Amino acid sequence: MAFPEPKPRPPELPQKRLKTLDCGQGAVRAVRFNVDGNYCLTCGSDKTLKLWNPLRGTLLRTYSGHGYEVLDAAGSFDNSSLCSGGGDKAVVLWDVASGQVMRKFRGHAGKVNTVQFNEEATVILSGSIDSSIRCWDCRSRRPEPVQTLDEARDGVSSVKVSDHEVLAGSVDGRMRRYDLRMGQLFSDYVGSPITCTCFSRDGQCTLVSSLDSTLRLLDKDTGELLGEYKGHKNQEYKLDCCLSERDTHVVSCSEDGKVFFWDLVEGVLALALPVGRGVVQSLAYHPTEPCLLTALGGSIQCWREEAYEAEDGAG
Amino acid sequence: MAARDSDSDEDLVSYGTGLDPLEEGAGRMGRRSGACSELRSGHCAPGWATERDSVSKKKNGDEDLSEFGIAPKAIVTTDDFASKTKDRIREKARQLAAATAPIPGATLLDDLITPAKLSVGFELLRKMGWKEGQGVGPRVKRRPRRQKPDPGIKIYGCALPPGSSEGSEGEDDDYLPDNVTFAPKDVTPVDFTPKDNVHGLAYKGLDPHQALFGTSGEHFNLFGGGSERAGDLGEIGLNKGRKLGISGQAFGVGALEEEDDDIYATETLSKYDTVLKDEEPGDGLYGWTAPRQYKNQKESEKDLRYIGKILDGFSLASKPLSSKKIYPPPELPRDYRPVHYFRPMVATTSENSHLLQVLSESAGKATPDPGTHSKHQLNASKRAELLGETPIQGSATSVLEFLSQKDKERIKEMKQATDLKAAQLKARSLAQNAQSSRAQPSPAAAVGHCSWHVALGGGMATLKASNFKPFAKDPEKQKRYEEFLVHMKQGQKDALERCLDPSMTEWERGRERDEFARAALLYASSHSTLSSRFTHAKEEDDSDQVEVPRDQENDVGDKQSAVKMKMFGKLTRDTFEWHPDKLLCKRFNVPDPYPDSTLVGLPRVKRDKYSVFNFLTLPETASLPTTQAPSEKVSQHRGPDKSRKPSRWDTAKQEKKEDSVSEFLSLARSKAGPPKQESSPLVNKEEERAPESSTNQTVNKGVDAQAEGEGSRPSMDLFRAIFASSSDEKSSSSEDEQGDSEDDQAGSGEANFQSSQGTDLGETSSVAHALMPAPQEPPPSIPIQKMQIDEREEFGPRLPPVFCPNNKDKHKTKKEHRRKKEKKKKHRKHKHKGKQKNKKPEKNSSSESSDSSDSQSDEETADVSPQELLRRLKSLPLRRQ
Repeated sequence: MAFPEPKPRPPELPQKRLKTLDCGQGAVRAVRFNVDGNYCLTCGSDKTLKLWNPLRGTLLRTYSGHGYEVLDAAGSFDNSSLCSGGGDKAVVLWDVASGQVMRKFRGHAGKVNTVQFNEEATVILSGSIDSSIRCWDCRSRRPEPVQTLDEARDGVSSVKVSDHEVLAGSVDGRMRRYDLRMGQLFSDYVGSPITCTCFSRDGQCTLVSSLDSTLRLLDKDTGELLGEYKGHKNQEYKLDCCLSERDTHVVSCSEDGKVFFWDLVEGVLALALPVGRGVVQSLAYHPTEPCLLTALGGSIQCWREEAYEAEDGAG
Repeated sequence: MAARDSDSDEDLVSYGTGLDPLEEGAGRMGRRSGACSELRSGHCAPGWATERDSVSKKKNGDEDLSEFGIAPKAIVTTDDFASKTKDRIREKARQLAAATAPIPGATLLDDLITPAKLSVGFELLRKMGWKEGQGVGPRVKRRPRRQKPDPGIKIYGCALPPGSSEGSEGEDDDYLPDNVTFAPKDVTPVDFTPKDNVHGLAYKGLDPHQALFGTSGEHFNLFGGGSERAGDLGEIGLNKGRKLGISGQAFGVGALEEEDDDIYATETLSKYDTVLKDEEPGDGLYGWTAPRQYKNQKESEKDLRYIGKILDGFSLASKPLSSKKIYPPPELPRDYRPVHYFRPMVATTSENSHLLQVLSESAGKATPDPGTHSKHQLNASKRAELLGETPIQGSATSVLEFLSQKDKERIKEMKQATDLKAAQLKARSLAQNAQSSRAQPSPAAAVGHCSWHVALGGGMATLKASNFKPFAKDPEKQKRYEEFLVHMKQGQKDALERCLDPSMTEWERGRERDEFARAALLYASSHSTLSSRFTHAKEEDDSDQVEVPRDQENDVGDKQSAVKMKMFGKLTRDTFEWHPDKLLCKRFNVPDPYPDSTLVGLPRVKRDKYSVFNFLTLPETASLPTTQAPSEKVSQHRGPDKSRKPSRWDTAKQEKKEDSVSEFLSLARSKAGPPKQESSPLVNKEEERAPESSTNQTVNKGVDAQAEGEGSRPSMDLFRAIFASSSDEKSSSSEDEQGDSEDDQAGSGEANFQSSQGTDLGETSSVAHALMPAPQEPPPSIPIQKMQIDEREEFGPRLPPVFCPNNKDKHKTKKEHRRKKEKKKKHRKHKHKGKQKNKKPEKNSSSESSDSSDSQSDEETADVSPQELLRRLKSLPLRRQ
């Protein structure tokens, strides 16, 4: 009562390049933080999946076992296992420590674009170009999926999972949200092939990026448009987008080698961060800190806010 | 003498406390004589007295008598004897306590130092005639049978063992004189020792006797020795006294100790268990003293289960609990065969009841009992009929037998008649039904449109299933009959009356009524009996129905305009009922939203399997309005499902080209457009169709039209022309209507689509004819297209290349693009005969496509056409060298 709450820091954007890692695994198809943001995964086009400490720039482990390029990966909540999917149509469950393949789920008819664990890492959801999402059970030895969500009319480019929802973006221009609790499927028409979807961290909104170079922030419950973010270029490629750690900014890759930051509420471009020549194909935002990972070509970059001082030994 | 007396007294004192002076002088001889008189009177057991006597004599006399050899010793022994006797019970109790005390043998000292005096109470009692070992009280006339040990005594383990308690008991049993009275039985004092430890209720510590001696050599004979052991306690001090202390082979054999078993003896196998039993040998306690229970020999069987489990203070119930009576299963009849046969299905029985109800009400006749249509109720003729035998003339039980032979033949004929006619009939009857229901609204009709459909569908199904057309010869009559069935299925009471032709005479009507009723009866019975013998196939492989999702995401056009206007929300959102898998819910820690449903995914409904439109999923939005001249169009070949994925690469461009009119139109349609299920006005159908069909008189044309990009996707009619539902009139109509706007076409397409769904059956005949001229047109043109589409579709937004996109490839891509087109063209040529038109559009399209790609690249240097992208991606080495 007596003291006012400390004024929250103004959000800082990660714009200081801290590190550039040459991953040495061909093109980096995706870069992902682990659950607490201390490590990151890179999916290479040379069929490998690599685990890094992005701040120190150390390679911790290489996971090989995919038959084709790895397109997406995710870590479990307890950091004990990883899942990945790739061009070999397989979804692989890895043991983090040993680097061994624990399970290999086959069943997709096309390459697997995206994989996600559910909250308790008991189910892997994989979205594929075969226009289906398959839910693989990690607990049992069942080889076939628990359920196949085949409502999409075209390839599934993005899948995100909350505690009771599955959010999927498809190339057919629709974003589908499967609500397990309500037993309902909400299908929002966006019109343009969707490249990436994500929940806001407060779980109230969904962010959709589509091939019309537009990101849209939709109200999760009603599907109403809350914001539209333009300025970047995304017309051909499957690029990632996300929200910043405190939902203050919308972040998106661009085909012109930049990462764009928009203020979420105002909708104005806050920053266009030049990363390099080429296409920024993937990015990942730290869950709690203003720290961004971008993937461009065969390397990843780690970005922090300007005020960031490298911690001891982390240089 | 006196000195000796005193000497002897002193000697005595050295063994115990001094005697009371009162006793000293007076009672010695008397007491002695008293004891002798007891002996003589026979009240004491002779053996007991003599034994005691001798013991005492031996004990005391060994030293005293041998040394001094004088009478007072005898008197002293008597006293000692008396004191021993009186304390006998107490002594036992003490010994028991000693045996169970933490330190065994601790009471040994007490045994050595015994007070040899009697309390005043004893003296008084004795003077009153009381004797040791007796109870206090008036003497009883007769002993109440053999004295059974009191439960109280039992529990505390202080009673004398029954065998050794009284030697005279056996005598008493044998001989009971009338005039002899007996003293009451002595009462054993209850030991009210307070519990001052924290042990469990029945805890007794390690029983040294059992632990050290008891289990040394052999298995305890628990049951044989149960009572003996209880009695043994008394003798422990005497017989086994020497064994107190640690003994055993491990400690060597002391001089005073009994030798153990031969340690070198060979063990015999008989000492080992050979069989696994539920009870351990011995009590299974190995020395730990569980609460020990009092056992009777005869109860040993029962006790076996309770060894070591009965707490002190508890005893086994003497009466066993009355066990539940188990009744044997009923005896089966001798000729019973355990085979279950299923009753006729519910639907048919309900139908029967309806039928019978209707019959009784309309005809006023007594009808046979409903539900008797099981196979047992069939008589020979019915069975023969079911089997297809020729019925024997004369047994007139079925409607068919009322018909003449000629009629029957005609029926057979009609049975083989084409479905065409049947379909027509049905369609017409449906229409009439609908009308009649509208004309005279009944409760069932009031339920509404949907229920009508359902009911009709059911009626159709049963009709189809039965294929039983008793009045096929007379279509009108058959129609009326079917109508009647339909009504009856809905449970309408006046079904019969309503279906009969009002123009008929009364007599005719009555006759027909009878006929219908009988036919229905026969139909129902045969239906039920036959259906009861078959089960439903798991998958109906030859059914012309297919499961498709009930709800479709449709109205892309409207949504698109909504998106353009940024009216997200209700306009762009579809909500479906979706059933997650139970296991998925479990894994997500979410309660199953539909716990009662076994459905997974979207609810599905059955649709006609062979309708092309199921697979094309062509929504009404055939209507991307494209009124511009063909040359302006984007040349991309859009598949029939283009509208689903309208904006793969060039959404923006396409949108650009959509004029506001179309938007307006689609919006308007979204408002006014009829939902899919509703039937569109059939009136317009014919007129509208004509133009379309003229455009697509042949598939060539259709393809051409498509190639020209006249619509960015072929219109519905193309497919209709190929597959099913175009008709003569259409192709005959003039071409001048070609100029109709696409929207019109699309609208009519919708109409056609809907109407064709509804009236498919009715139209089949005409369709069949209509197909005749067209058939040289092979459907595979679709697969070709599809192939191409698929190629494109396989790639969503692609992955960025490792290297920056190189624009140099463009030329090559274009070439390849063209080459592909050529290939396609060839394909088409090969397929179709329509040549003239082919070429131009092809050229057009290819040039257009290159144009468009050029223009694209002009617009945005980095942007490339899909084809080029595709090619590039394919040719690009994904791995970095």
